[in-house]
Amino acid sequence: MSQNTAFDRFEALTAILPDEVVTHSLVQDVQLPSGKTLALITLDNGHDHTRPATLGPATMIELGRTLEALRERAAAGEIAAVAVTGSGYVFAAGADLSAVSSLREPAQGRDMAELGHAVYDLLPALGVPSFAFINGTALGGGLELPLACDYRTVSTGAQGLGLPEAFIGLVPGWGGVYRLPRLVGPEAALMVMIENPLNNNRSVNGTVFGAAGGADATFEPADFLEQSLLWADRVLTGATEVTRPRAVDPSDAQVAERWAAAVAKGRALVKAKTSGAAPAPGKVLDLFEAGPTLTQPESAALEVAALTELMATPAFHNTVYAFLDLVQKRGKRPAGAPDKKLARPVSKVGVVGAGLMAAQLALVFAQKLKVPVVMTDMDQERVDRGVAHAHADIDKQLSRGKISQDAANRTKSLISGSVDKSVYADADWVIEAVFEEIGVKKAVFAELEAIVSPECLLATNTSSLSVTEMAAGLKHPERLVGFHFFNPVAYMPLVEIVAQPATSQEVLATAFVVAKNLRKTAVLVKDAPAFVVNRLLLRLMNEVQEAFDNGTPAEVADTALEPMGLPMSPFTLLAMVGLPVAQHVSETLHTAFPERFPLSANVQRLIDAKVTSIWAKGEDGAPEVPASTLALLEFGDAPLSREELLVRTQDALALEVKAMLDEGVVAAAEDIDLCMILGAGWPMFIGGLTPYLDQVGASERVNGSRFHG
Amino acid sequence: MSPATSHHRAVRDVVFVDGVRTPFGRAGEKGMYASVRADDLAVKAVRELLRRHPELDPAAIDEVAIAATTQSGDQGLTLGRTVSLLAGIPVTVPGYAIDRLCAGAMTAVTSLAGAIAFGSVDVAVAGGVEHMGHHPMGLDADPNPRFVSERLVDPAALNMGNTAENLHDRFPSLTKQRTDAYAAASQAKAAAAYERGDIQPNLVPVASRRAGEGWNLRTRDEGLRPGTTVEDLAGLRTPFRAHGRVTAGNASGLNDGATAALLASGEAAERLGLPVGMRLVSFAFAGVEPQVMGYGPVPSTEKALTQAGLSIEDIGLFEVNEAFAVQVIAFLEHFGLADDDPRVNRYGGAIAFGHPLASSGIRLMTQLSRQFEQHPEVRYGLTTMCIGLGMGGTVIWENPHHAEYGQDA
Repeated sequence: MSQNTAFDRFEALTAILPDEVVTHSLVQDVQLPSGKTLALITLDNGHDHTRPATLGPATMIELGRTLEALRERAAAGEIAAVAVTGSGYVFAAGADLSAVSSLREPAQGRDMAELGHAVYDLLPALGVPSFAFINGTALGGGLELPLACDYRTVSTGAQGLGLPEAFIGLVPGWGGVYRLPRLVGPEAALMVMIENPLNNNRSVNGTVFGAAGGADATFEPADFLEQSLLWADRVLTGATEVTRPRAVDPSDAQVAERWAAAVAKGRALVKAKTSGAAPAPGKVLDLFEAGPTLTQPESAALEVAALTELMATPAFHNTVYAFLDLVQKRGKRPAGAPDKKLARPVSKVGVVGAGLMAAQLALVFAQKLKVPVVMTDMDQERVDRGVAHAHADIDKQLSRGKISQDAANRTKSLISGSVDKSVYADADWVIEAVFEEIGVKKAVFAELEAIVSPECLLATNTSSLSVTEMAAGLKHPERLVGFHFFNPVAYMPLVEIVAQPATSQEVLATAFVVAKNLRKTAVLVKDAPAFVVNRLLLRLMNEVQEAFDNGTPAEVADTALEPMGLPMSPFTLLAMVGLPVAQHVSETLHTAFPERFPLSANVQRLIDAKVTSIWAKGEDGAPEVPASTLALLEFGDAPLSREELLVRTQDALALEVKAMLDEGVVAAAEDIDLCMILGAGWPMFIGGLTPYLDQVGASERVNGSRFHG
Repeated sequence: MSPATSHHRAVRDVVFVDGVRTPFGRAGEKGMYASVRADDLAVKAVRELLRRHPELDPAAIDEVAIAATTQSGDQGLTLGRTVSLLAGIPVTVPGYAIDRLCAGAMTAVTSLAGAIAFGSVDVAVAGGVEHMGHHPMGLDADPNPRFVSERLVDPAALNMGNTAENLHDRFPSLTKQRTDAYAAASQAKAAAAYERGDIQPNLVPVASRRAGEGWNLRTRDEGLRPGTTVEDLAGLRTPFRAHGRVTAGNASGLNDGATAALLASGEAAERLGLPVGMRLVSFAFAGVEPQVMGYGPVPSTEKALTQAGLSIEDIGLFEVNEAFAVQVIAFLEHFGLADDDPRVNRYGGAIAFGHPLASSGIRLMTQLSRQFEQHPEVRYGLTTMCIGLGMGGTVIWENPHHAEYGQDA
């Protein structure tokens, strides 16, 4: 036996991460029917799928040493094959992100990147065939491991296969970016490496992965491992011949053409999705593009360099913060939520109003809580329209195959309408979605109190009005809570739960439980003008509007914030929200904070003229500000450059966040970030907001200190 | 029922198409199936059965009956239905669970055979499973106190080991020397059968893992003890009675395992192209005093022979379940067969392979079917087993490879 020293140089990494949950490489010799011996490695971290197996340095070193030992056994003729599989529903969920993000020195990042290659390079070089049996989730490095093996099988029950590195802020740099396109072709590789990560970090299932050529054989979960082992035996004996119709040779001219087209498609998507503000997706495409003419070791060197560089970028650390610390942890345990045991059951819901928003609310309550939901409005025609709108949405889901006929029938039967609010007598929760006018809301609640039981919770979906003022006239003010959804209700994952001073703990607990049952992430917000998301969106839009009003050309003003990577430009957002609605919220904010939220006379002029968007499509199809629009507006003579407007907006946001934290609008900066990610779709690679404001120096410029240590 | 169907109904031929089983594990925390669910064992067996018969569209199955002695936990929820759904058989195929203690799978076969003969079922899956590690025998049972107060059953009869000792008492000629010799021979025959490859073709490999170990593939029975000698057995403890005769060596063990078999009407088998492994000739169950449970196969075999119009001399191959060696030699002695008659348990028996209660009946049939193939000169064979609380069950089969197969019946 030779000394197994190849991995000693990586030992230092384990000292940096003493708390790694190590995924062990458990080896069993399997006697195959042919009489051959297959050494089967089970990846197992000793936990179930709620703590999926990840790949930290100690894990990788153990796997590497295990493979070294198996290579020696193969040379000694003791084994005829090596295979790797996982446990439970997980193969391996990729690199341990919290571990990787704690590697602060570039040299450590380089070591971690090289460690992956050192381990995976052994898989095709064991002297005997290597197999991966992908039983379940295989993400990032967890999928690159199978890709490095000679053969793969996948379970049709496997969920969550993908290379999400572009989303996380890294590249599939343990060989995935080189091997995957060769195996499945450039188009499918683009889907896995770019399209899915940038599309809400989607993944594929085992059936799709197998059909795309990612695996050589696909088996059902009931006897996946048995069938995989028997298949491997047939491959070893030559009884089964493996063909890969989807595999490509990049030196082939036709393939090169397809490859270039895929890269171009990827570039266009990255530009559309991130404005190029995040470095990782571009790097993935650079490696993908370079791949065809490189050898695997040449690509490996570039992959290591890219990983080393990206691990040091703010974008990577911001994404890990946003994804792990916020969305996966803080979002699931909202700060300030009372004990859920205090919550009251909700078995019937009322929605006051039957407009578009009300119909969306009725649908989400009926579909997720599975309780009767009654909409009311002034007259039967409006009520019928509201119910019909909700029913039409259900039919749309049905026709798209998202729900079954039975589910559609059930949800439809849960949603009804009435012109008589006495239907709320036995409701446990009534939410209003009427006109955004404090007098109207107060009248609605006064009327409701005469009908509903004393325990019935009352909620308002107001986006900016004072919940405290709404409570003022109530006999039971403790029952009122703000429950602010984002548009479109079905897709936006955030609810701002607004506590006014009288709101009881029971009511608050009920609101959090309901939000969870609606599968929304809730953030507790103090009753303050426009709460969190709208306040910051308006602050940002106001800065841009002010620059525009002062003479900054529209194309400059509306593109200045591109380095932030926001999902849409400020003017596009303004048009989508609707100018009157935005102005309405601005008025609330202006009343509260007149200096920071000036009202734009130009916006009012556009509203008065019924102009719905600053941008319009010009004759050549390109966006332009029509002369007719310009004619309505008055401009100052202090234009800003893109850079000036960007810095000004960063500073404004830093000031506003600081003010919100000082007012106690939320418990911590983390809540602001969570709100902006889930409520406004702001990118994880800027950490929502506050990490970015720290990184660009805005926090120190205007507040004298950073939001995060 | 309309008069048209009630009057001229003909009894139809029933055939045993094929059978498979999992390797049998040793029950207990260290057993190879400790972390495997019982229903999953049955699922793997059923799926293997269907994989072997691609000519059969699973939607054409009319019934799935799976037996278990304890029907709770991972053996609960009417196994025939759950196993069918878990195995991927279409939802249109119904299923049920069945229990007759050790003869569960045998009863699944005979119940389905009755339905096939009657004409209500064309193709059926029968099976049995027992995970004695998860479900120790009788653990949740609550015997009615009247059994004792009214002396309906000797309390000792509820412990199978005691009933085996009782059998020694009743027939003093059944000595411990004979049972140990029989047991050693069973181990030797099983080892030889494995050596020849007579067992492996009907096994479905099962992947499982023990705590702290990785996955492995189970391809052999865990309790086999090749090389066991009479001397080895002589010194073993007699746990049921001081200075008794029944030991862990001359009895079957506590095991985990599952079996499955495909049955069809003769007509359906021909229509669908299903091979015929055996044709059912007759079956019978019979009762004896519960305290001599092991004697059950004697009356059930007499009954089945009478029904078939056959005598013991007509039977060329026997598969007798070896719950206890004493019970097998009591059977042999009654029918005037030698303890080492070569027609009996040619591959060895439960003493070597193990006896996961409700699954064993189909193991006997599967082995008999393979022996029929190897012995076309044998026309009839029988499978028999003793059953707790004083019963026996016997099924007589005809060999389709025999020259006179099907000429009279």
